[in-house]
Amino acid sequence: MDEALRTKPSSRKPKYSRFTQQELPAWKPILTPKWFITSFVTIAILFTPAGLLCLWASEHVVEIVDRYDDDCLPDSYATNPETFIQSKNTNKTCVRTLKIPRKMTAPIFIYYQLDNFYQNHRRYVKSRSEKQLRDPDDEDETDDCKPIENLNGNEGGPIVPCGLVAWSLFNDTYKFFKGNKVIDIDKKNIAWESDKKYKFGSEVYPKNFQKEGLIGGGQLDESKPLSEQENLIVWMKTAALPTFRKLYGRINTDLEANETITIVIQNNYNTYEFGGEKKVALSTANWIGGKNDFFGISFLAIGGVCFFVAITFILLYVFKPRPPGDPTYLSWNRNQPAQ
Amino acid sequence: MAGGRIRARLKRSSLYTFGCIRPPRETIDEPHQFQGPGYSRHVCCNQPGIHRKKPLKYCTNYISTTKYNVITFLPKALFEQFRRVANLYFLLAAALSLTPVSPFSPYSMIAPLVFVVGLSMAKEAVENWHRFMQDMNVNMRKVLVHTGDAGVFVRKPWMKLEVGDVVKVEKDQFFPADLLFLSSSYEDGICYVETMNLDGETNLKVKRSLEVTLPLDDDASFKDFKATIKCEDPNPNLYTFVGNFEYDRQMYPLDPSQILLRDSKLRNTGHVYGVVIFSGHDSKVMQNATKSPSKRSTVEKQMDKLIYVLFTLLVLISLISSIGFAIKTRYQMPNWWYIPPDHQGLYNPHRAALSGFSHLITALILYGYLIPISLYVSIELVKVLQALFINQDIHMYDEETGTPAQARTSNLNEELGMVDTILSDKTGTLTCNQMDFLKCSIAGIPYGTRSSEVELAAASQMAMDLDGHNHEFSRTGAQSGPEIELEVVPTPKGVSSQNRIKGFSFEDNRLMNGNWAREPNKDIILLFFRILALCHTAIPELNEETGTFNYEAESPDEGAFLVAAREFGFEYCKRTQSSISVRERHIPSHEPIEREYKLLNILDFTSKRKRMSVIVQDDTGQILLLCKGADSIIFERLSKNGRQFEDATKKHLNEYAEAGLRTLAFAYRKLETSEYSSWNDEFMKAKTSIGGDRDSMLEHLSDIMEKDLVLVGATAVEDKLQQGVPQCIDKLAQAGLKIWVLTGDKIETAINIGFACSLLRQGMKQICITTNGDMVTHASEVIKENILMQITNASQMVNLEKDPHAAFALIIDGKTLTYALEDDMKHLFLNLAIDCASVICCRVSPKQKALVTRLVKEGTGKTTLAIGDGANDVGMIQEADIGVGISGVEGMQAVMASDFAIAQFRFLERLLVVHGHWCYKRIAQMICYFFYKNIAFGLTLFYFEAFTGFSGQSVYDDWYMLLFNVVLTSLPVIALGVFEQDVSSEICLQFPALYQQGPRNLFFDWYRIFGWMGNGLYCSLIVFFLNIIIFYDQAFRSNGQTADMAVVGTVMFTCVIYSVNCQIALTMSHFTWIQHFLIGFSIVTWYIFLILYGMLSPGLSGNVYQIFLEALSPAPIYWLSILLVAVACNLPYLAHISFQRSFNPMDHHVIQEIKYYKKDVEDRHMWRREKSKARQETKIGFSARVDAKIRHLKFKLQKKTSVFSPRAVSAPTTTPTATAS
Repeated sequence: MDEALRTKPSSRKPKYSRFTQQELPAWKPILTPKWFITSFVTIAILFTPAGLLCLWASEHVVEIVDRYDDDCLPDSYATNPETFIQSKNTNKTCVRTLKIPRKMTAPIFIYYQLDNFYQNHRRYVKSRSEKQLRDPDDEDETDDCKPIENLNGNEGGPIVPCGLVAWSLFNDTYKFFKGNKVIDIDKKNIAWESDKKYKFGSEVYPKNFQKEGLIGGGQLDESKPLSEQENLIVWMKTAALPTFRKLYGRINTDLEANETITIVIQNNYNTYEFGGEKKVALSTANWIGGKNDFFGISFLAIGGVCFFVAITFILLYVFKPRPPGDPTYLSWNRNQPAQ
Repeated sequence: MAGGRIRARLKRSSLYTFGCIRPPRETIDEPHQFQGPGYSRHVCCNQPGIHRKKPLKYCTNYISTTKYNVITFLPKALFEQFRRVANLYFLLAAALSLTPVSPFSPYSMIAPLVFVVGLSMAKEAVENWHRFMQDMNVNMRKVLVHTGDAGVFVRKPWMKLEVGDVVKVEKDQFFPADLLFLSSSYEDGICYVETMNLDGETNLKVKRSLEVTLPLDDDASFKDFKATIKCEDPNPNLYTFVGNFEYDRQMYPLDPSQILLRDSKLRNTGHVYGVVIFSGHDSKVMQNATKSPSKRSTVEKQMDKLIYVLFTLLVLISLISSIGFAIKTRYQMPNWWYIPPDHQGLYNPHRAALSGFSHLITALILYGYLIPISLYVSIELVKVLQALFINQDIHMYDEETGTPAQARTSNLNEELGMVDTILSDKTGTLTCNQMDFLKCSIAGIPYGTRSSEVELAAASQMAMDLDGHNHEFSRTGAQSGPEIELEVVPTPKGVSSQNRIKGFSFEDNRLMNGNWAREPNKDIILLFFRILALCHTAIPELNEETGTFNYEAESPDEGAFLVAAREFGFEYCKRTQSSISVRERHIPSHEPIEREYKLLNILDFTSKRKRMSVIVQDDTGQILLLCKGADSIIFERLSKNGRQFEDATKKHLNEYAEAGLRTLAFAYRKLETSEYSSWNDEFMKAKTSIGGDRDSMLEHLSDIMEKDLVLVGATAVEDKLQQGVPQCIDKLAQAGLKIWVLTGDKIETAINIGFACSLLRQGMKQICITTNGDMVTHASEVIKENILMQITNASQMVNLEKDPHAAFALIIDGKTLTYALEDDMKHLFLNLAIDCASVICCRVSPKQKALVTRLVKEGTGKTTLAIGDGANDVGMIQEADIGVGISGVEGMQAVMASDFAIAQFRFLERLLVVHGHWCYKRIAQMICYFFYKNIAFGLTLFYFEAFTGFSGQSVYDDWYMLLFNVVLTSLPVIALGVFEQDVSSEICLQFPALYQQGPRNLFFDWYRIFGWMGNGLYCSLIVFFLNIIIFYDQAFRSNGQTADMAVVGTVMFTCVIYSVNCQIALTMSHFTWIQHFLIGFSIVTWYIFLILYGMLSPGLSGNVYQIFLEALSPAPIYWLSILLVAVACNLPYLAHISFQRSFNPMDHHVIQEIKYYKKDVEDRHMWRREKSKARQETKIGFSARVDAKIRHLKFKLQKKTSVFSPRAVSAPTTTPTATAS
């Protein structure tokens, strides 16, 4: 017992190290007026040109947007657009004329834009089978695809690609004319490389797609593997918001300013039922992407706010300076200003 | 010869217990007539085997204080975990995630839960293991046990002991179980026991064996020993025992004096033999052990409320979203041809209410991110690490006992930073319970040059503060420098501490080495020394090695007197029943002469009499009454011609008291033989009389005898404070803490200690609330009435006091406290106590200590800390919000019950002011940040959901969410919780006022919490809407691709990660490499994860496949938007802290700046001045003492300079002591 006590002290003494004694060298920055005014000014100085740069980039993007869902609805169907869109016999061709405001240099991207379309609805998002898309052997993996999973109940075999997402494929088509001359639309390479290579199998062919019951959206070419059906791939990248734009194709020739182009639209896609809008958009893109004034404006706004805050601080500081480390600001001195 | 020796011993042992002057115990020789339930224990002594099987199978001596064992661990620990509301919620969410309503895959709900709960359980397991090891340490202690019937004793571990075993316990060993005391190395069968572990009392207690077992005094005699004990069942009552001992077909009654309790210690006795009656958990001490209540800190309790707030928020937004979902499903979904209605499932427009309801569950799971799952586990981890730092603090390591500080529970760390009231035990906590003879006054002349600790400390404090105060003085226009210096007590330098004699710190050559014989009053001095050596009840013990005597005295004061007498040359060496022998050595070179004094009577000390006397006859036949006692008592009993030195002595006594010393006055009376013998006849008659009035008769007779005394002098004994106690109390008082002393000591001692540690000082108005002795006979209503009046009067006095510097001290004794703690009076009492600068409760029982603690805790609603060292403090330690035990001393009860154990009271300063302060701020900031980050993240889920038709779709990948709390944002916040320091430890100590940030709860009030939550809300809005607007429709790459959900989600998530990590960098003020590393690590981990996850096969990574490398990293807009969002998120906070710092800085900000600009080095004067000012208004402690003294001096100066000005009210030091009784 005694021996134990005697030997204990040495072993129980905490060993000194800067870590255990919480004395590690540390950087203890102090937020001095100099420091924070500098940082606000720095942010302002950085953000303002960045904002201007973005605005400038955005300004260089030429974008034409044309909403056609209403205009492409014949007047006779104005009260019941759903009959028009669901009927196989109605003429859905629609011609739009657009004027190019500024020169658009190739590549010019063609987008379709849908509004009020909940591609991000949980039921919709889940309704697909990644495995089936990738591998022909997994074509029976359709558990998540209800109700678009198998043809005729279970007898007809699985639908490839299954699920609501594929089933509701956007199927309006656009043809562009300059005068009478067709402008070629390049529909290749509108999807991400990785999707084409790894997520949509080159051996997987559409099967039983849009064959029975309710026909959703577009048809697929059964002779082409999914990896080559880029419009499907683009469509199946579900959008984040109910308003979204998706790439339709690309025009690889420049369009000059003040040129007039005509778009011949096959108005197939039913947005009338849920009151959505359909737009076609032509846009160039540069490093900032598409036209995005908001981005530059945000930068400018933050820069402006920082600038304003910096000025306020400077002014406040001029009128009511507090020298750093002034002991009169300590609470015990402030509470008793007697001296 | 042998018989003679035995007789001598018999006398001696009965002398020590003063059997000689007490009437013989009226022993009941009848065995107890008990039966029935409660008295069923049957112990067969020395018959191993009998107690191994039923019906006499009792529990073994194995003790276990562990919470779990191998089997119960899993269910019990799991139960503990899921008692937390948040964990239960997550369990429910995990269970529901297996159903189709879940918005996430099950693994992303279950994995974090398993991780979090697993970690907490691992912690429990480790703690349990430590407890087990501690138990085993005790269980494996060895004791000599009689084996078989061979008469041989072998060493066995305690746990192997069984009921009925005969054990032999040697000197200074603990008793392994509750034993029946059979015999000891003293032939008369007594032994001395120290029960410090049980009741905290340090004096020795005598136990006495039955006479019939006396012959069993060697190993061999147990060969054939057989006996039976029938006694009460195990119970927690330490002071009672009922039982019969059957031996040789005879029954003998047993009482508590034959019982040796487990965990008490054998002292001054070679060995004892005993039989185990109660073992293990049956023993009284274990029965007494109460389950230590689990305590939760204020911050944690507030955090619970916060969690409820968040739950409300969660339910609210879930309701919003489910109502939204129901409406969308009912009215809009039928139009969404691309989402055909699902007639069985959740998306049925015709049963929208049902859909809405099931969506409520989905939403509750989805928004679970508002409640940080990893909060508890992070806090636990942080607290364990903080506790580790406390344990490792080298400044809280006591070299003497080799004990480091120990955080026994880690969940109260931050509570240390919020303490408002400290309730302290005295003996062993504030004092070492060791007395030093320091000064004396003989015949009106003071002797003893050494200063008391109080004086020394006061002197140094004044010298230090003079500087600053001089400054103030010069403004008053008075030249006060020299005057103050005069007041400074001279500090003896170079006092050799070598050859220190324990109990004797006296230094004065006039008395030492026989020099006293040359003093003018040598006769009186001689008498003084004789009183020292004769007037006591101690017994001498020859130390064989040194040849000097040690004394076993009833109180440490007496021990100090005897040591002093020895050093002066009056060595008390022998005591018989009727005589005391003293070796007197008047001249150092001479051989001592042994003088025998006939001991005629001892008039005992009682707390009521406050004096004791002996009547002795010296070798000349002169009968003397020698008396020592409290000065007030002695002075009123002096004869007319005995008052020669009264004034001088009184003056000295005042000085001694001021120096924090315990004083006693000495007096004598010469008695005529006839006078004595007539008195003695009456006294003897009274003593032998039997009846209720015996005590009062004796007292009356003593009273008659102890009068007409002649004053000789007075002594001043220093109750050695523990090292650094006054300084520590001073600092704690400056930190704004209130200190209450709760002591079992008598009122005078407590007051003395109060003075010694500056809780009391001259000039403080003492409010003594007591019940007078003669009131004992009154009915309790009368007493209560009286106490109530005292309290009301005192309160009035306090309220009417105009002088802002007036300080009050409340002193209350235990008996009065019983009444004061009753429901109808306790709040009055508490209010009075709160108004007083210091509170001292004397003569309080352990239970009362706990009650007072509870009163303070519940009455003030503030955090209390109780500190103590003994078992009598256990109740208080458990009751207080934080219990601190003094470790390193032998008693472990207090430590076992405590939350923190420190070796010395003075470490409390560092524990509270440094660790408490840090831990509080760390935890507070950590929790605030936790809620901030989860709100910032969780709400983005809600906004997004609103854009998905409230369908419950999340924009983030499951894995992002899973990693968010567990990996990506957890490490920096843990670093904040473990390593953050607003100011360094030295500054914490130098500026005790900083501590008040904790008790005022500046860092975890609702204002701050909601500020952080608002910040989270803002951040979520910025992250979501900026990103959505930037990305929703436009291409984000130069080759025209638009952003899909995965891209938007990943960008938003990256922004969240950046924002919250920048935020924590702004929150921290102390960056070691660890913080730098962890913040960087969190961001880098996110990218590493993103890259690796993107590289997995698309089957596993889904939409995230290749997202970073292919889609995001080449897009400048991705990087720019991170910059934009991260800056925008942190701007308001940056502006806020900038504004706060520039125009409304907190104390630690200013101090940080002073340090940063090295102003403390440049302007030392300012630095020192601020250090001395950095304290709370306090009326206790040295500084307050010095202040009071300076005020007093100032006042005197004013009077001097303005002679003609009208006289003001009396100066503080001359204020009479107000005693409202």
